[in-house]
Amino acid sequence: MTTGQGQPVGEPLLAVEGLTIDLPGRQPGLVQDVTFEVRKGRAVALIGESGCGKTLTSMAVLGLLPPAVRVSAGAIRFDGVDLLRCSARQLRQIRGGPVGMVFQEPMSSLNPTMTVGDQIAEVRRLHLKERRSVALRQARELLTRVGIPNADRRLRSYPHELSGGMQQRVMIAAAIACEPKLLIADEPTTALDVTIQAEILELLRDLRDSLELAVLLVTHDLGVVADFCDDVVVMYAGHIAERTSVDELFYRPRHPYSSALLASVPQSGRARTKLNVIAGRVPSAGQFPGGCRFEPRCEHSVESVCRLPQADTAVDDGHRTRCGRVASGDLILEGAVRG
Amino acid sequence: MWIEVVGGSRHVPAPGSFVSAHRWTEVTVSARMVLRRLGGGLLVLWLVSILTFLLVQLIPGDPAEVIAGENATVEEVARIRTELGLGQPVLEQYLNWFSGILRGDLGDSLFTNRSVATTIAEAAPPTVVITTMAILVAVVIGVTAGIAAGLTQGSWIDRAVSAAATLGIAMPSFWLAMVLVSVFALTNPWLPATGYVDVRSGFGVWLSHVILPSTALGLATAAELARHTRGCVADVLTRPYVRTARARGASGVWLIRRHILRNAAIPVVTVLGLQTGRLLGGAIVVEAVFGISGLGSLAINSVLQRDYPMIQGYVLFSAVVVVAINLIVDLAYGWINPKVRTA
Repeated sequence: MTTGQGQPVGEPLLAVEGLTIDLPGRQPGLVQDVTFEVRKGRAVALIGESGCGKTLTSMAVLGLLPPAVRVSAGAIRFDGVDLLRCSARQLRQIRGGPVGMVFQEPMSSLNPTMTVGDQIAEVRRLHLKERRSVALRQARELLTRVGIPNADRRLRSYPHELSGGMQQRVMIAAAIACEPKLLIADEPTTALDVTIQAEILELLRDLRDSLELAVLLVTHDLGVVADFCDDVVVMYAGHIAERTSVDELFYRPRHPYSSALLASVPQSGRARTKLNVIAGRVPSAGQFPGGCRFEPRCEHSVESVCRLPQADTAVDDGHRTRCGRVASGDLILEGAVRG
Repeated sequence: MWIEVVGGSRHVPAPGSFVSAHRWTEVTVSARMVLRRLGGGLLVLWLVSILTFLLVQLIPGDPAEVIAGENATVEEVARIRTELGLGQPVLEQYLNWFSGILRGDLGDSLFTNRSVATTIAEAAPPTVVITTMAILVAVVIGVTAGIAAGLTQGSWIDRAVSAAATLGIAMPSFWLAMVLVSVFALTNPWLPATGYVDVRSGFGVWLSHVILPSTALGLATAAELARHTRGCVADVLTRPYVRTARARGASGVWLIRRHILRNAAIPVVTVLGLQTGRLLGGAIVVEAVFGISGLGSLAINSVLQRDYPMIQGYVLFSAVVVVAINLIVDLAYGWINPKVRTA
């Protein structure tokens, strides 16, 4: 088997298989039957509107789900270990060790009462059992590595003394402190200014190349996807709508939701054109439709097909869709970029 | 590329140069904050001194006659009038009184004719000891129970702590004091029922006299602290930085100590500061139940005897204690919460 861009075969670093997360009492299948994989050195985007379950899916990998939800089925294999069934101790060794994580909103994700240096050093003290002084020296190197000037001084700064971009660099420094194999980044640029966003992406790209990092990037920004990722997983209301390579998505989307998302990106250079929006909103938990979850908002919906549950189907090599009409060849969608 | 421009090693200063500069600014900022808080405290004390002074001026009619009482002779009234300097203009009276305070002279008692400052200094130790021990009891019991409840929300521990805290807040301290005396001193003669001895008579004896009153005084505050601590810990647990710490592999004692407690401590310290003033007031009641002659009984007697200089001395003393404790609380904020240091 090859991926969309014809990459060589190999054991995936991270394989999420049939992951199902319930919100007991309100919505079974809050995230349902989610399957995808991240290979060594590849960047996979998890995209979709707010509330589609992409953040939940990424949190589930390291067992960081909020207490209200529960994983009810599936497996998450990292380097051959099922993270859903391993011991708490094993999971702790993986968190911050071979898997680093970067969160949205660096300001609230950093401890306000701990210096930046201590927060980075913490990772090495926990995993490598380094002494504080040794770990702080490493933290200083890491700060320089992520492009923070005056690292000596910044080690002793508190998060509130740094700008948003600097805070996110600190988050990244802590996430890569033990040279992870996989970096999970949950909307790492969403809370930042546009210019800073570009710098953080540039930093991530640089680290990805030099550390051969695999990246799972959660985002709702198609620009970031096009810029940074190899493969893409499009989520809608807890389902994977479509899974493919980034090029395939932009040239040949195979799900009406993906094509609607692509169409809703404002076109630069075309002033005063009408902005394409997807009518309606993502159903909230507890109100997911029984058939295709996108059906109520889909402009291509046909009652006889779309009111029934849709199966995840392979349409091309490495290209999967959860649209029955596309899978049967009944519907052909237009790409955002003409190939 | 941006990283090469800014992050190149030649831009990193020689080790030490920035560190010392940073330390220096940190020290100046803290010193400035301490001075500002100190100034604020002194201003409050000055305002309290004016209000305390006006206590006498606000007595309706002739203060000297009211203070002397209904059966006083003309000579007694005249003596009080001269002693308090009531014949002079108000401003002059205040200045005389205030300059006395600055010299540590709070005047003399109208009844014993002893110096107010000395009398307060003699009565203070039992009250200060019992209040301090009550704070200790409150912090140890309240904060521990609150942390345990906050970390195990919904468990039987949490429910037990909540129930006990509600009970603790509802129980008046004089009632609690009497229950403690009846259980631990009368039914089971383990501890003395009344009185206070100085620590110089032996630590064990001293402690046996202090335990019951400080527990009676401190339990309500412990209950208040337990509720706040529980709430703060529960709140901090939902914060993204706790999730980040978990994502780094932190757990157990490491996570609690470094990420949860320090952040939860900020509001708890505030409550503790507010409770201290209440404890000083509560000490009056507890002292009465345990027959301890401390500041509480001094305050009550002074009020009953209309010994105005003594009352003024007590009010000023309490104000100094409360302002001092608030200053300590403010400084503790700076230590716990780095954001305050620069504020």
